[in-house]
Amino acid sequence: MELRFTDEEIAFRKEVRAFIDAKLPKALREKLAAGHHPTRDDIVFWQKTLNDKGWGVAHWPVPYGGTGWDAVKQYIFLEEMMMAPSPPPLAFGTSMVGPVIYTFGSEAQKKRFLPRIASLDDWWCQGFSEPGAGSDLAGLKTKAEKVGDHWVINGQKTWTTLGQYADWIFVLARTDASVKKQEGISFILVDMKTPGITVKPIQTIDGGHEVNEVFFDDVKVPLENLVGQENKGWDYAKFLLGNERTGIARVGISKQRIRKIKEMAAIEQRGGRPLIEDQRFREKIAEVEIELKALEITQLRVIAGEKKREKGKPDPASSVLKIKGSELQQATTELLMEVIGPHSAPFTPEEPGSNEPPIGPEWAQTIAPTYFNVRKVSIYGGSNEIQKNIIAKAVLGL
Amino acid sequence: MDFDLSEEQQLLKDSVEGFLSDTYDFESRKKIAALPGGWSPEVWAKFAELGLLGLPFAEEDGGFGGGAVETMLLAESFGKHLVLEPYLATVILGGGVVKRAGTAAQKAEYIAAIAEGTRTFALATTERHSRYDLFDVTTTAKKDGASFVLDGEKAVVVHGGSADRIIVSARTAGSRRDRGGIGLFMVPADAPGLSRRSSPTQDGTHAAEITLSGVRVDADGVLGDPEGGLPVLEAVADEAIAALCAEAVGAMSELTDLTVDYLKQRKQFGVPIGGFQALQHRAAEMFVALEQARSMAMFAAMTAATEDATERRALASAAKVQIGRSAKFIGQQGIQLHGGIGMTMEYKAGHYFKRLTMIDTLFGDADHHLAEVACYGQLVSAA
Repeated sequence: MELRFTDEEIAFRKEVRAFIDAKLPKALREKLAAGHHPTRDDIVFWQKTLNDKGWGVAHWPVPYGGTGWDAVKQYIFLEEMMMAPSPPPLAFGTSMVGPVIYTFGSEAQKKRFLPRIASLDDWWCQGFSEPGAGSDLAGLKTKAEKVGDHWVINGQKTWTTLGQYADWIFVLARTDASVKKQEGISFILVDMKTPGITVKPIQTIDGGHEVNEVFFDDVKVPLENLVGQENKGWDYAKFLLGNERTGIARVGISKQRIRKIKEMAAIEQRGGRPLIEDQRFREKIAEVEIELKALEITQLRVIAGEKKREKGKPDPASSVLKIKGSELQQATTELLMEVIGPHSAPFTPEEPGSNEPPIGPEWAQTIAPTYFNVRKVSIYGGSNEIQKNIIAKAVLGL
Repeated sequence: MDFDLSEEQQLLKDSVEGFLSDTYDFESRKKIAALPGGWSPEVWAKFAELGLLGLPFAEEDGGFGGGAVETMLLAESFGKHLVLEPYLATVILGGGVVKRAGTAAQKAEYIAAIAEGTRTFALATTERHSRYDLFDVTTTAKKDGASFVLDGEKAVVVHGGSADRIIVSARTAGSRRDRGGIGLFMVPADAPGLSRRSSPTQDGTHAAEITLSGVRVDADGVLGDPEGGLPVLEAVADEAIAALCAEAVGAMSELTDLTVDYLKQRKQFGVPIGGFQALQHRAAEMFVALEQARSMAMFAAMTAATEDATERRALASAAKVQIGRSAKFIGQQGIQLHGGIGMTMEYKAGHYFKRLTMIDTLFGDADHHLAEVACYGQLVSAA
C-alpha cells in the first residue's frame, strides 16, 4: 500500500502542468478562476489545443484517438485541468456519445463522428430528459416512427445543456410502445439543422442560460442514424450514465475553490480582522477540507480498483463519489458566499462585450450566481436521492 | 499509488481474521469481558504466538519490522470483533514510547517482553483537567540524586489496572501547560507509593485512576530526555490515532453490515422494513460515511511516517475528525434502524456503538482535532 504517486506519475503531472501553463492564455484562466463561464469559443479553442497535442480524448481506446494512459494518469490529467482552471471538456461529446459510438456504433458512424468529436468540429448535446421523464427516465414519451427510409421524431426534450450551440443531439426515443418501457427505446443521432427542431432557452436561477428545451416536430432522420440495435437504447443509455467515473467527484474543482476561499478570506474582514483569522470560520474550512481529502482517497481507491473490475462495469462506490462530490462542491460555494457577505448582493447579468465596471468588488460578482448555479450538481446525472437508491439496491442489496 | 496489500500483509490479515473468527465470537467476548481485568491471558498468548505483539517494532529491537499498514490491518480486525485485549495500551502506547525514547538496554528488555507476551503496559498521560492536551501536566517528577520522585494523579489510564508497568508523563520543569519540561517514567505497578483504582469502562475495556505519592524512579526507569518527552508522546499518540481509526472502521463496517442484514430480515406491515425508502437512504448514508472513514483510516496509516512533525500531526488530526464524524453517525443510526433490539445489552449492535463512542474520546475527539486542522490551515495542499 502506497499513497504517494510514483516518480513517473509526478513527472507526468509536471508535463501536464507545463503544457497548460504554456498553452492556456492567462486572461482566460483568470476569467474562469473568477467564476465566469467559458464561452463556446473558449471551449472549442481549448479542445482543439488539447486535440492537437493528442490529448483531446485521452480516455478513449487508442485506435479511436486515446492516449493509453492508465486510470491514475487520467485522474492526474483531469485534476490538473480542473485546478488550472481550464475550460472543461464538452462531456456530451467526449464522455457520453463518443464512447457509445465507439462501443455500439457502426463503422460508418465511427468514421464520420469520432474525429469530429475529438476536434470539437461537432458540438453535441444530450436529448434524454423530458418534462415528464426526469429520475424516471425510461418513462420518456418522445417517439420515433419508421416512415419509408426515415425516422420521424415527435416530442420534447428538456434541460439540454448548451444545446444553443449544438450541431448534433443524441436522442432517446420510444420506438415500441407495446413492450415494457425500458425495452422500447432507441438511441438516435440527430442533426440540429434538421427542419422541425426548435430550441428554446431556459433561464436558471443564477440568471444564466445554460439549459434549453428542444422541440421535435415531424423531424426526419435517416434510418442509418440509429446507434446499435433498435429498442436497445436503454442499455446504451445506462452504459453512458455509468461511464463517466473518473473525475465524477470533481475534487479538483473543489480544491481550486478552497484556495479561492482562503485567498478571499484574507481580504474580507469580520470584527475588523481578516476573516481567515476567525477560528470558527477556519474550522468550517477545515471541515470541508477533511471531507474533501477523504473523498480524494475514495476516488483514488475507485480508480485503483478499476483494473480489477470487469470492463464496462462501474464501481457501485462511484455513487459515493457523486453524492459527496456534489455536496462538497456546494459546501465550497456556500463558504464563498459567507466570505463575501453583503457584497454578494449586486446582480450583474453576464453580457459579453460589456465595458461597464461592476458594482462592488470585481471578484464578488460571480459568487452568488455560482452558489445558485451549483445547486444543480446534486440534481443532474441522477439526483443524490437516486444515487442513494443505487447504493441501497446495488451495494447493500436492500 | 497503490492500494493493494503485499503478499505478507494479506497473509497477516488472513491469519488474524481467521483466528478471531474462530475464537472471538460475541458469546466468547462476553465471557472474556467478565474475567478479572477484562481480557484473556490465553488470547494474549496466542497473539504472541502469531507474532502480533512484536509486529510494530524494528527487527534489531526484537520485533518483526511491521509498519502502520500492518497495524491498520490488525486494528481493523480488532474493531470487527470488539477485541478487549490490551494491544493498544501495551504494544502501541507502552511499546511506542520505549521504541522511540528507550536506551538500547531498555529496548532490549521491554520490547522482548512485549513481543513474548510476558509483560503488559499502560500509558498514563490524562489528568483531571488536561482533557486532550498531552502537554497539560501537573504531576511532578523531582530530581533526587540519580532518581526522580513522582507525585500526582492520572485519570482514565486504559488498562492501568492490569498493566505490569505504567509509563507516566510528569513535569520536571516549567509550568502546567509548557511544552517543555515533561519527562516519561517507567513505574512498576507494585512500586511503593503507587495506588490504583480500576473499573470497567462503557465499552467493556478497563481503565484506572492512578495516584502517585512519592514514587521513586531510578535512572534505568527514565525514558529519554526527562525534559523533552512531549515530541515522543505526540508521535506515539499519532500512531495510536492511526490504529484507533482502523479499529473504528472495523467496528463501523460490522455495525453497517449488521444493520443492513436486520433491515432485510425484520418484517413490519407484512414486508421487510429494508423495502422502505426512508430506511434505504439512511443505510446508504451509513455506507457513504463508512467509505469516507475507510479512506481516512488508510490515509492515517499511509502518512504515519511523515517526517515533519507539524504536518504529521495535522494529517492524523484530519483522520480523527473524519472517523469521529462517521462513527457518531453510523453508531447512532445503527441503533435507530435496529429499533428496540438495538437498545439491549444482549445484542451486539449497542456494543459497537459504545466502543465507537469511546474511541472518539481517546487522544482527542472530533472537535479537538478539527481545531488542530484549522490551525494548521493547509490540508488541501498537503500530501
